Amino acid sequence: MSRRLAMRALARLGRATGRAVAALGRVTLFSARALSHIVRPPFYPREIASALLNIGYLSLPVVGLTAFFTGAALALQIYAGGARFSAQAVVPQIVAIGMVRELGPVLVGLMVAARVTASLAAEIATMKVTEQIDALVTLSTHPMKYLSAPRVLAGLLTVPVLVAVGDIIGIFGGWLVATRALGFNPATYLANTIAFLQTADIVSSLVKGAAFGLIATVMGCYFGMHSGRGAQGVGAATKGSVVAAAVLILAANFLLTQAFFAA
Amino acid sequence: MITLEAVHKSFDGKAILRGLTLQAARGESLVIIGGSGTGKSVTLKCILGLIAPDAGRILVDGQDVRSARDRDAFLARFGMLFQGAALFDSLPVWQNVAFRLLRGTLKRPKEEAREIALRKLRRVGLSADIAELFPSQLSGGMQKRVGLARAIAADPEIIFFDEPTTGLDPIMAGVINDLIREIVREMGATAVTITHDMSSVRAIADRVAMLHDGQIRWCGPVSEIDSAADPYLRQFVSGSATGPIETLR
Ligand SMILES: Nc1ncnc2c1ncn2[C@@H]1O[C@H](COP(=O)(O)OP(=O)(O)OP(=O)(O)O)[C@@H](O)[C@H]1O
Ligand SMILES: [Mg+2]
Repeated sequence: MSRRLAMRALARLGRATGRAVAALGRVTLFSARALSHIVRPPFYPREIASALLNIGYLSLPVVGLTAFFTGAALALQIYAGGARFSAQAVVPQIVAIGMVRELGPVLVGLMVAARVTASLAAEIATMKVTEQIDALVTLSTHPMKYLSAPRVLAGLLTVPVLVAVGDIIGIFGGWLVATRALGFNPATYLANTIAFLQTADIVSSLVKGAAFGLIATVMGCYFGMHSGRGAQGVGAATKGSVVAAAVLILAANFLLTQAFFAA
Repeated sequence: MITLEAVHKSFDGKAILRGLTLQAARGESLVIIGGSGTGKSVTLKCILGLIAPDAGRILVDGQDVRSARDRDAFLARFGMLFQGAALFDSLPVWQNVAFRLLRGTLKRPKEEAREIALRKLRRVGLSADIAELFPSQLSGGMQKRVGLARAIAADPEIIFFDEPTTGLDPIMAGVINDLIREIVREMGATAVTITHDMSSVRAIADRVAMLHDGQIRWCGPVSEIDSAADPYLRQFVSGSATGPIETLR
């Protein structure tokens, strides 16, 4: 009896795993196809320009605000925590490492998932539901090339830049709090930050940014293109895309951190 | 020449097309009629390869549509008006109409493409004033006509119209009927039109095919639709609620 139950549970787990692996396979294939369309003509410069603007430039305010408040809060936390074993002086170093290696890329990635992935999925799903994707095909235009490739390219190119901006603004937020409220010397704080950061920290930050940009845009396009019918289909695609992008970004962050820093 | 041979298609286990066989000769205007949800739109999408049939063959000029090696060149021969117009809402009206002329193999200078777009818009009864508007700013009937202009923009040899006159006032419907007739007569295009409007059928069709229960129930010249003996066709043409076609009430 209990063996039957256990078998059934196992079978269900097996099926769920199978489905997850199959979905991951489909997503990987989709990414590969989107990437291959980036390098093969015809190119759509107007689409690329508008994707760069929408995904990159227009994400700057939300990225800046997120990074600023996070950096500021981080400085307060480290100061308070460090005070427990009289190590308040490490604020500049820990803020720098925390922002550049971890919080900058992750928070920017998540904000891009919230802002860009959701809107891509909703836009493309609506196009699918209203037969605009079918119309594209009949007009001899490949939807992957016209819709996905420019957006994925924009994600790859702009999210690392967003991360760099986020890193800098985050460090600035920490600096502002530390110098105004915690009594640090402005010049020494900056000197400590710059002296402490290594090339690998910055490279890892940018690589993470590119990876998260890829994940965020591919998920938006994938869920949009595979949307179900009707308004309900659009809603489900949007929700699914953001959840998948956020989880994959965090998982990828772990793997990349391990690859870069685990000795 | 378009040939469908015993085409089958089901969605989620529900059979929509069950061995549909149909032909449209070059330069002919074929009208498909049939009840709502019988698979008329699905049939057109199968021919264009937007939906893959479960079984059967679809040939265009003797070539299987799925084996068409150069899909872009294959699709460049077609124009399609979708039932819901399917305009790109991120582009202004004229760029919708000129979509094909602004990119790909048929690309031409922007000014020329715009000129052609405005000409096509005029043919469907729309003035140049709306060229810069976005589709969401238009009424349903205007969107439909923009879709029509887009379908004929590149002068395709085969044109599909999915309910071209639905949502139009009677005068505009007449204009569109005349336009479709003209396109077939002047440009020698092959047209396949879906419509529920019997006056449209009479105005447009050379031949009429009636789809029922996933198959062609009746097919013949438009001149015979009133004299045909088929009870299904008679009921459809007369618009009667009683007859062999079941209506749920
Ligand atoms: N992509 C799809 N997925 C699932 N079912 C579909 C799909 N496309 C069409 N159907 C179903 O196929 C059937 C036929 O649809 P179709 O749009 O061809 O009808 P139609 O004959 O054009 O009707 P109408 O005159 O109302 O436009 C419908 O029951 C519809 O629900
Ligand atoms: Mg239809």
